[in-house]
Amino acid sequence: MAVETRAAPGVADDKEMLISGSEACAEALALADIDVVTAYPIRPYDTVMQAIARKIANGHLVAEYIVAEGEHSQFEIVKHASTVGARVFCGSSGVGWMYAMECLTVTPPLRVPMICMVGNRALDDPGAFGVEHNDALVVRDLGWMLIWVDTAQEMLDTTLLAYRIAEDRRVFLPLAMSADGAFLTHSQALVQVPTRAKVEKFLPRYDRGDLLLHPDNPITVAPQANEDWVIEIRRQNNEAMARASTVIEEAYAEFRTVFGRGPENPWFEEYMTDDAEIILLGMGTISLPFKVAIRQMRAEGKKVGLIRPRWFRPFPTERLVRALEGAHAIGVIDRDYSFGSPFGSGVLANEIRAAMYNADTRPPLLSFICGLGGREVTLPDVYKATEMCFEAARSGKSPQRTSWLGVRE
Amino acid sequence: MAAFTCEVVYRGIFQKNLAARICRGIVLSARKAGRWGIAFGRYGDSPQRNGIPAKDFAIVADSQEELEQNMARYEPKEVDVTICVDDTLSKGVESWAWYGLQPINRLTLPGGTVLMTSLQSPDELLRDIHKKDAPWNLALIRAKASFSGLWVYREDHTEARILGALARLKPEFLSLEAVGQAIAEAEWGSDLKVASARKAHDRLEVRPVTMAEGNGEVPFSFEMPKWWEMREGVTIPAIPVGKPMEGGKGYVPERNPYFKKYTTRTMRPVIDFDKCVKCTLCWLQCPDSCFDITPDGLYDANMESCCGCGVCEAVCPAKDCVTMVNEAVFDDNASQWEMWRHDKGQYHTWLVDKISDTRHVARSHGFRFRGQYQEEIKAELDSGGVTITAGIPGENADRKQA
Repeated sequence: MAVETRAAPGVADDKEMLISGSEACAEALALADIDVVTAYPIRPYDTVMQAIARKIANGHLVAEYIVAEGEHSQFEIVKHASTVGARVFCGSSGVGWMYAMECLTVTPPLRVPMICMVGNRALDDPGAFGVEHNDALVVRDLGWMLIWVDTAQEMLDTTLLAYRIAEDRRVFLPLAMSADGAFLTHSQALVQVPTRAKVEKFLPRYDRGDLLLHPDNPITVAPQANEDWVIEIRRQNNEAMARASTVIEEAYAEFRTVFGRGPENPWFEEYMTDDAEIILLGMGTISLPFKVAIRQMRAEGKKVGLIRPRWFRPFPTERLVRALEGAHAIGVIDRDYSFGSPFGSGVLANEIRAAMYNADTRPPLLSFICGLGGREVTLPDVYKATEMCFEAARSGKSPQRTSWLGVRE
Repeated sequence: MAAFTCEVVYRGIFQKNLAARICRGIVLSARKAGRWGIAFGRYGDSPQRNGIPAKDFAIVADSQEELEQNMARYEPKEVDVTICVDDTLSKGVESWAWYGLQPINRLTLPGGTVLMTSLQSPDELLRDIHKKDAPWNLALIRAKASFSGLWVYREDHTEARILGALARLKPEFLSLEAVGQAIAEAEWGSDLKVASARKAHDRLEVRPVTMAEGNGEVPFSFEMPKWWEMREGVTIPAIPVGKPMEGGKGYVPERNPYFKKYTTRTMRPVIDFDKCVKCTLCWLQCPDSCFDITPDGLYDANMESCCGCGVCEAVCPAKDCVTMVNEAVFDDNASQWEMWRHDKGQYHTWLVDKISDTRHVARSHGFRFRGQYQEEIKAELDSGGVTITAGIPGENADRKQA
């Protein structure tokens, strides 16, 4: 039986590939023509380092590929490479990311635009490979930009955007792209890969300017400082993070012009929120079961929508508040935990709660913890959360505690 | 609106590349008709270990929206076709990723198909494959299990044959033409492989299976504890020490009741107790402590814990005392020593029958001499229908991209 051949959608001269989220990241890295990459294996991030190694071995990318003896060195090496003007990439997962912690803290004050991929993984113990967002979230207070993606296509696009944003002289901050272990890093989907010519049009060369460590530009990086200097340095970092918001808006607009795709709202994806009474929020691939459930609930006449925050740092406070103010109730689903936090909520829920405190109207806010350690988030989980949100919308009251979904109890 | 879901059940590491090729082949073939698709492995199966059963999936759908239902999941709840590329997996699947033994046809939809490479007859296979409470189909491609490894690939056309067979089973999703196109374009593709796909398509044997047919054994399963029932501090109780086998004599170690690992086995040791010199080496060297010490000082490989690694055969100093035999010729995990004790003459007849057939004792994976691969593959391809010529593997290697 012959099957009618339909033209594959895609933008003009894009090439379509069946690749995983990690491979999509590596495709973008080759297009961005990175100079130095450091590697140290830990699942699920290691799929990226393998994909880059393959690209170099096959002659599709010319870059220094340095296998470090641990994550701390891995991140140190690219930090130094970046200060001498190299476009760099590295990444890790779970406790590997933790092992690099000291280096992760020194990177933002040095204004190093290091791009990392964090393959989100549960922190040990127990040793487990499934997704939790706590690993990437530990740098949330340090001056790292943090973004979550949910498809392989978005992974590729975001990698290109990341260099454009982080390497902007107004920003010069490290950026971590979070990809859910398994669901994104290990799942192959059809991805449109743009041409190098387009990428060159979008992505300028990394120019470190006055901060370049070079004999022609004699500077000392990171001298010791006492109480006379530190708070001013922090103030500078704060300013850079504030400027990043403008740069992000500019970069996404330019991305849409050059590549003919990409979101108009860089900060978060809004799905069926226009008339939504209940708005659910969650980061990463959690959006997929949520969208399926929302379509089903819409068919039942329930007005439910989803906001999937991409950017966690800088946090899009005003835009999120505007998008949430009109809801009858908000349900925040965290794939992370913060033991002993206000209401025992996860990190995202407490951020949203804090952001909403100054809002003119404050709908009831419910927090949920779900999908830890890579537990699949199921449609019944989403239904249960939504029902509780409708209940809170009726009573007008926020529950005083966080609900755990999908736990054996 | 329609979707097509496939799983590939395979041997970890040995068939990892094979399964990946099949799943990618499904998506890329379906893409020829403009469909969307994803391919992924069951994450909990990794890190893979040699031979431990694992699963890959391919899902294609008319729209991206429809595909979303199947994304961000560990595995589909049901599949149209279960592909099994090693018929010893017909006994069931115990993987890293779950607790208990799952029948090979567990996810197969009612009326769905288990597509298997095998030299066994459907009736022989149905002694192993568990009963299902709905009718289903058993489709066979006449071929041995294709084993290779992480770094090598056995170019015996199994991936092309599976894709060709799928075009026969699900022409509305994978036309033979589209499959041929996808194979020709693949890095590993060739015109020969396209021909193999076509032959598999034409020669596929499909046997309807009723609810009454199949292995009636209830597979072992476990209920997982609730959060408040679990020990705190990420601790688990140790496995207790063992006990004498009977009458205060012999020794049977306690074993992990939650992971038996015998479905990892593709060959099992058959022991000639009359030749045993009681040197203890098999018992000492077995990486899985699978030998029970019998009251008379012999060593009985416990078939619920043997994963078939063959170390016992390798270390045994007595000629023909331990012989590895293909798992396909056994129907249960009964104790060989009990059989021997019960009737030595009958046991001897059974043993000779098992070990004297050269097809039974050929290694299921690995090579013992230089040139064995070329020899075997020629024979297989001859019987499978295509003549091997120069150029394999990777005739399309120049198109290599990633």
